[in-house]
Amino acid sequence: MTTAISIQNLQKRYGEVTAVKNVSLEIQSGEIFGILGPNGAGKTTTLRCLCTLMQPDAGTIEVMGISALSNPRGVRQKLGYVAQEVALDKLLTGRELLELQAALYHLPRPSITPRIDEVLALLGLTEWADRLIGSYSGGLKKRLDLAAGLLHQPDILVLDEPTVGLDIESRTVVWQFLRQLRQQGMTIVLTSHYLEEVDALADHVAILDRGTVIAADTPTHLKHQLGGDRITLKLREFTAIEEAEQAQQLLTTLPWVHSVVINPGQGNSLNLVVDARPDALNLVQSTLHQAGLPLFSLAQSKPSLDDVYLAATGQTLMDAELAAIGRRDPKAERKQAMRR
Amino acid sequence: MSQSVFSPATPVNPSQPTLPPANLLDFGQETFALTRRLFIQLKRRPSTLVAGVVQPLMWLILFGALFQNAPQDFLGNSLAYGQFLGAGVIVFTAFSGALNSGLPVMFDREFGFLNRLLVAPLASRFSIVAASALFIMTMSLVQTVAIIVVSGLLGTGFPTLSGLGLMFLILAFLVIAVTALSLGLAFTLPGHIELIAVLLVVNLPLLFASTALAPLSFMPTWLQVVAAANPLSYAIEPIRHLYLYPHWHWSDIVLQAPWGNVSLLGCIGGLLGFALLSLLSIQPLLKRSLG
Repeated sequence: MTTAISIQNLQKRYGEVTAVKNVSLEIQSGEIFGILGPNGAGKTTTLRCLCTLMQPDAGTIEVMGISALSNPRGVRQKLGYVAQEVALDKLLTGRELLELQAALYHLPRPSITPRIDEVLALLGLTEWADRLIGSYSGGLKKRLDLAAGLLHQPDILVLDEPTVGLDIESRTVVWQFLRQLRQQGMTIVLTSHYLEEVDALADHVAILDRGTVIAADTPTHLKHQLGGDRITLKLREFTAIEEAEQAQQLLTTLPWVHSVVINPGQGNSLNLVVDARPDALNLVQSTLHQAGLPLFSLAQSKPSLDDVYLAATGQTLMDAELAAIGRRDPKAERKQAMRR
Repeated sequence: MSQSVFSPATPVNPSQPTLPPANLLDFGQETFALTRRLFIQLKRRPSTLVAGVVQPLMWLILFGALFQNAPQDFLGNSLAYGQFLGAGVIVFTAFSGALNSGLPVMFDREFGFLNRLLVAPLASRFSIVAASALFIMTMSLVQTVAIIVVSGLLGTGFPTLSGLGLMFLILAFLVIAVTALSLGLAFTLPGHIELIAVLLVVNLPLLFASTALAPLSFMPTWLQVVAAANPLSYAIEPIRHLYLYPHWHWSDIVLQAPWGNVSLLGCIGGLLGFALLSLLSIQPLLKRSLG
């Protein structure tokens, strides 16, 4: 295993807002590396710095031994970048767009036509090649965008939220395709705020929260490290905090319960980390019953990446997402995205 | 989906030399491709071309009519206003086209398409400027021919072939300079609303503060100073001269600025300087976005 990408102590501020506080990542060649985190965690900014669209305020980025700061053009040659919002020219046909892309990457002229035919076939776009992009569906556009990213046979494919806004079917196609690319030896870096996506695809994952890496390992390892099972319960559909705290104290006294966290984002539900034992649910139920506490819902599960996130930040990914929406200023972000 | 996407990975050696230095061929390839995109857009959306040809002809006819009965000594040397106006309209048309060339780039930036260019290993980002300038030059060529033909039919006469060639050179310098500045704005301003505001503020005042519509001698002194410093005048006066004098010389005086006479060659040199200065001034912007 060789290191494909090494990011050390990356920092990036937009005026007052610190988008990336301190991010260090080691990405091995030939793997799918997932960067997971809620909106506003700094995923896109990290990728934009990696793709030389932005200059970091501090830190280093090396792509296959080439510094993104001192030799951005060398890095650009190695990377294929598929941005979050598909930016295509609706007045061009798919083939014309790829021809433009080929010229921007200086593909030798004789190889351009066969290579374009190849990627078109690869992504099932052949019959659409000579139609205007304006007539494409969302899924087709994403596939064309992928084709453009792959055209110059980059060593590393970088995808920002590759399946956001796609229907389930297109999403499965993209997943399938990314797995196939990895099989052929390509290194893939993707960001996502979908747990399932990272869980299903990534060999290694880094979880980002508010501009820092809070965990980085294989998804399996991260989940195993947490250990035990998860129990989520609600006393009522919306539980008063006093009542939730009462249950929390009660359940914490049980020797096989490791932790009890109240989740205000879900109507003060309780998230328990417990020893994996078959009678856990029954015991929880009877304990609450004896104390005269109600029980609305109760569920047991193996730890997920969401639990990894929860353990590190005290809130679920979904809650972080919702909270982030309130904090965000879409107009300011659009400006940031445009500024380089 | 079974072909190989990815040629079997060449062993990666971190110390391997990175890229061969960017060469002129790469620059040519990317510039050609970017220019081609603009022409495909024009082909599929020809209204810009139609409007671009019709508008200067309307300037020519309407402004020509407006000042038709102006006092005879208005133009100093006894020529009809129609003859006088042609050069102004030619230059103003090329200027407007170049000035607006930043708009599509701004939209590319807003839609994220520009990022596609910025993450690519371009030999030089000046290819983005070059593509826009080439496109506008071609547009201006078509517009200029239309203007020359129509004003010829209106009785203005035609320039000589060598005069015509020199006209295009003058326009090329002006287009390069103004395109560079417009793209500089497109890279700097926050959005297209701001860009349009700036273009509106700049466009017509620069026309009126030039020798396009009236000669220097007709203006109050302060405006003479402004008009003689206006780059548009350095394109208008030579073209007007080439129009009127089939037997032109490089040393012919074409612009009588308050601070001295400027020859044909001087005007062209001034425009070349303007173009180089503009390109130089936007270089840090292109570099800055180098990320």
